[in-house]
Amino acid sequence: MLYALRRADDALILGHRLSEWCGHAPMLEEDMALTNIGLDLIGQARLLYTHAAQLEGGERDEDKYAYLRDAPQYRNVLLVEQPNGDFANTLVRQLLYSAFAHPYWRAMSASKDATLAAIAAKAEKESAYHLRHASEWVIRLGDGTDDSRARAQAALENLWAFTGELFEVDRAERGLIDEGIAVDPASLRAVWSKTIVGVLEEATLQAPASSWMQTGGRSGRHSEHLGHLLSELQYLQRTYPGATW
Amino acid sequence: MAEALLPLWEVFIRSRNGLAHKHVGSLHAADAALALGAARDIYTRRGEGLSIWVVPSNAITASDPADRDMLFEPANSKIYRHPTFYDVPDDIGHM
Repeated sequence: MLYALRRADDALILGHRLSEWCGHAPMLEEDMALTNIGLDLIGQARLLYTHAAQLEGGERDEDKYAYLRDAPQYRNVLLVEQPNGDFANTLVRQLLYSAFAHPYWRAMSASKDATLAAIAAKAEKESAYHLRHASEWVIRLGDGTDDSRARAQAALENLWAFTGELFEVDRAERGLIDEGIAVDPASLRAVWSKTIVGVLEEATLQAPASSWMQTGGRSGRHSEHLGHLLSELQYLQRTYPGATW
Repeated sequence: MAEALLPLWEVFIRSRNGLAHKHVGSLHAADAALALGAARDIYTRRGEGLSIWVVPSNAITASDPADRDMLFEPANSKIYRHPTFYDVPDDIGHM
């Protein structure tokens, strides 16, 4: 259940970040594109929360997971809670995430957990598009004007240290991998690297040299950003508990 | 938005049960690949289509509305151009 929750939190937080672009994107077409990606991710989050709720077998449902947990109970990777920054930062973040998500969901369609496999079949197609969209933009931003390249490079420097967490495995997850329910992220690293290297090369950008990686999201140790994000996300439910419409 | 950097593209979509791409609208994009992606995001949200064409708007030559009478009026009264004067036997079915 915790496994599904981690993935659900990744999707919800990243989806929320993208929704922050609504009405603010640099052009109308990107306003639609970013919010569409956000909606795809929130859809994935809903399916995963519902599955987690079933596995937990208790009182909680997708809304309670999303709106009534505090930051230390969230299990998303730190990458997705990073602020949007400028357009380059958002697209680089999306590239780094989707280059993982796409092979991840493709591998997960062979999961022994039928629900996860079904979610994976849908999410794979969505994330294929997210990856393409992010790749195309990062290539154009990198191989663009001096300003766009500088911003894209700065985004890479800013976000690179958060990529290691995508490949972390703890003991509980190791058990699920052995059971064939989860996929070993280490097996995805080669694909992820190849994708990233390919895009960065075409974008004339440099992958940062540092190999030091941030960690903590998977155990609930989050950056300050998540607190602010949740205060917006959860505001309505916290102010009017139990409200429905 | 300088027109040169973000030209206008016309979008044509072929739907699931359609045979021809139909014009559905236009958008601005920097190049063909982004135009295709934007068309997918904007014009196929509700399952409208299976195939997308994007064409730079300046590649399209359109007839002048002022020429409408000259171009199209003469064809209206030439019923001999329509294949409607045959007796089709019932056995043939739909033709």
